[in-house]
Amino acid sequence: MKKTSSIFYWMTIPAFILFFVFHTLPALQGIFYSFTDYIGFGDYGFVGFRNFINLLNDGRAFDAYIFTFKFAIVSTIIVNILSLLIALGLNAKIKFKDTFRAIYFVPYMLSILVVGYIFNHIFTFIVPEIGRNLGIDILSKNILGNMDLAWVGVVILAVWNSSGFNTLLYLSGLQTVPDELYEVAKIDGAGKWDQFKHITFPLIAPFFTINIVISMRGFLMVFDHIMALTQGGPGRATESITLLIYNGGFMGGEFAYQTANAVVFLIVVLSISLFQIKVLQKREVDY
Amino acid sequence: MKEKTNWWATGLLLLGSFIIIIPLYMALIVSLKNPQQLAESILAVPDTFQFRNYLEAIKLTNYFQSLKNSAYVTIPTVAIVLVVNSMVSYAIARNMHKKYFKFLYFYFISAMFIPFPLIMLPLVKEMAMISLDNLHGLILLYIVYALPLNVFIYVGYIKTLPKSIEEAAIIDGANVWQIFWRIIFPVLKPINATVAILTALKAWNDFLLPLLMISDRSSMTLPLVQHVFQSQFSTDYSLAFASYILALLPMLLVYIIAQKKIISGVMRGSVKG
Repeated sequence: MKKTSSIFYWMTIPAFILFFVFHTLPALQGIFYSFTDYIGFGDYGFVGFRNFINLLNDGRAFDAYIFTFKFAIVSTIIVNILSLLIALGLNAKIKFKDTFRAIYFVPYMLSILVVGYIFNHIFTFIVPEIGRNLGIDILSKNILGNMDLAWVGVVILAVWNSSGFNTLLYLSGLQTVPDELYEVAKIDGAGKWDQFKHITFPLIAPFFTINIVISMRGFLMVFDHIMALTQGGPGRATESITLLIYNGGFMGGEFAYQTANAVVFLIVVLSISLFQIKVLQKREVDY
Repeated sequence: MKEKTNWWATGLLLLGSFIIIIPLYMALIVSLKNPQQLAESILAVPDTFQFRNYLEAIKLTNYFQSLKNSAYVTIPTVAIVLVVNSMVSYAIARNMHKKYFKFLYFYFISAMFIPFPLIMLPLVKEMAMISLDNLHGLILLYIVYALPLNVFIYVGYIKTLPKSIEEAAIIDGANVWQIFWRIIFPVLKPINATVAILTALKAWNDFLLPLLMISDRSSMTLPLVQHVFQSQFSTDYSLAFASYILALLPMLLVYIIAQKKIISGVMRGSVKG
């Protein structure tokens, strides 16, 4: 085999170094600081696993994990069901196909933060106003101010914003399914649901796997949605892990403690992603 | 076999598209009203449009400055990402049999699973230390952080390209550098479109990195400005909505102009990736 041209190495080395310096290095520093009592400046000492042990008894961190998971799981499920339904609709024989496709992708083009502020005003002022005018009790209060319901507002924003992207991914999956398969199924007398169950879904299963992993990963990092809607409130009802690390690390003098939290988060995210890929791919093979 | 139009699906999609449009419609309609008109009815179309809210929002938030900042970050980011990320991916894709390149591939890909909060706190210190806690630092980070996903997308695509043209070019005496520029980069055009769209959306709409790194008012990007002025909007939500519409407007315009290209770009990326 021929010698690899040195130009190939020069093409990658600067990127390798920059990636190491600006991604891997801070990650390693984070892991390093998690074993210290560093507060962001000044001296620090090693404290072993103390930060991690304290995290186990930290109710605020526990609540943040519970909220983040509740939000991520519910949003992932709703987004993927809706996206798949919309994609099936867009793939059917319909009128104004291109227009619908264009409309459904609009939200993904827009800043979550700015859209979130719009939703914030809608939830706070407009929906209650409409609710009062129509005499509907549930709508007449601001759900973002309700300890038990504020997270629903965050889910609504997340679903509105990100369904369009997943829809396009499913749609490109659906377009890989050859039409002949449906023709054959119809001749065999299979109904719509049978076609979906035995042809469509098995064939787009890889897209399903990828969509679930991508959605879940994104939603576990949730930050912009919450900054715009609730800032973690009311109380700490909607404080996500990212927001907690941000608040505690930059404003609360908990630099080392929150990096320990981030290390735990890393382990959690890694396990979930690996688990999802394993379970979902196994099911693909079964078909 | 000719199928009949599925009116059920058409109807449901029409209903769904109202859900997409209504919040934006509400924002637009409220932004065009004065307090009296708002008191009469929130959602009715007003007799006269109040563009004063927009003028006020432009002045208050220094709109054109933040628009310029967002463009100043996004345009170079996209341009450099296209060249650098595709070049790195080309080197990796054509040398996967070598240990170093194989390692590099998995190094970049595995970074996708590292949550940003772990990097966030040390990164802010690092960027401040080397005086890159500014717009240039943002550009640098967007380029570097785009590598994992883009290496994944580009390597998948480049592997499908036949090597025969490159081999012919080598016989003609071209070096790797020339081959990349003259043969490979032009062939990457379709996938470049995908990468450009996703990168532009990320850089333009990102909020967390600017929040962490930009403290100087004159350097703030569009989303960050909305955040900073939030407290001043709270009493006057026509003004707030005018400002939000202005912040969303550039992307909406880009989308209206290039809608077909954007959608086909995103869909192409998902099939290849």
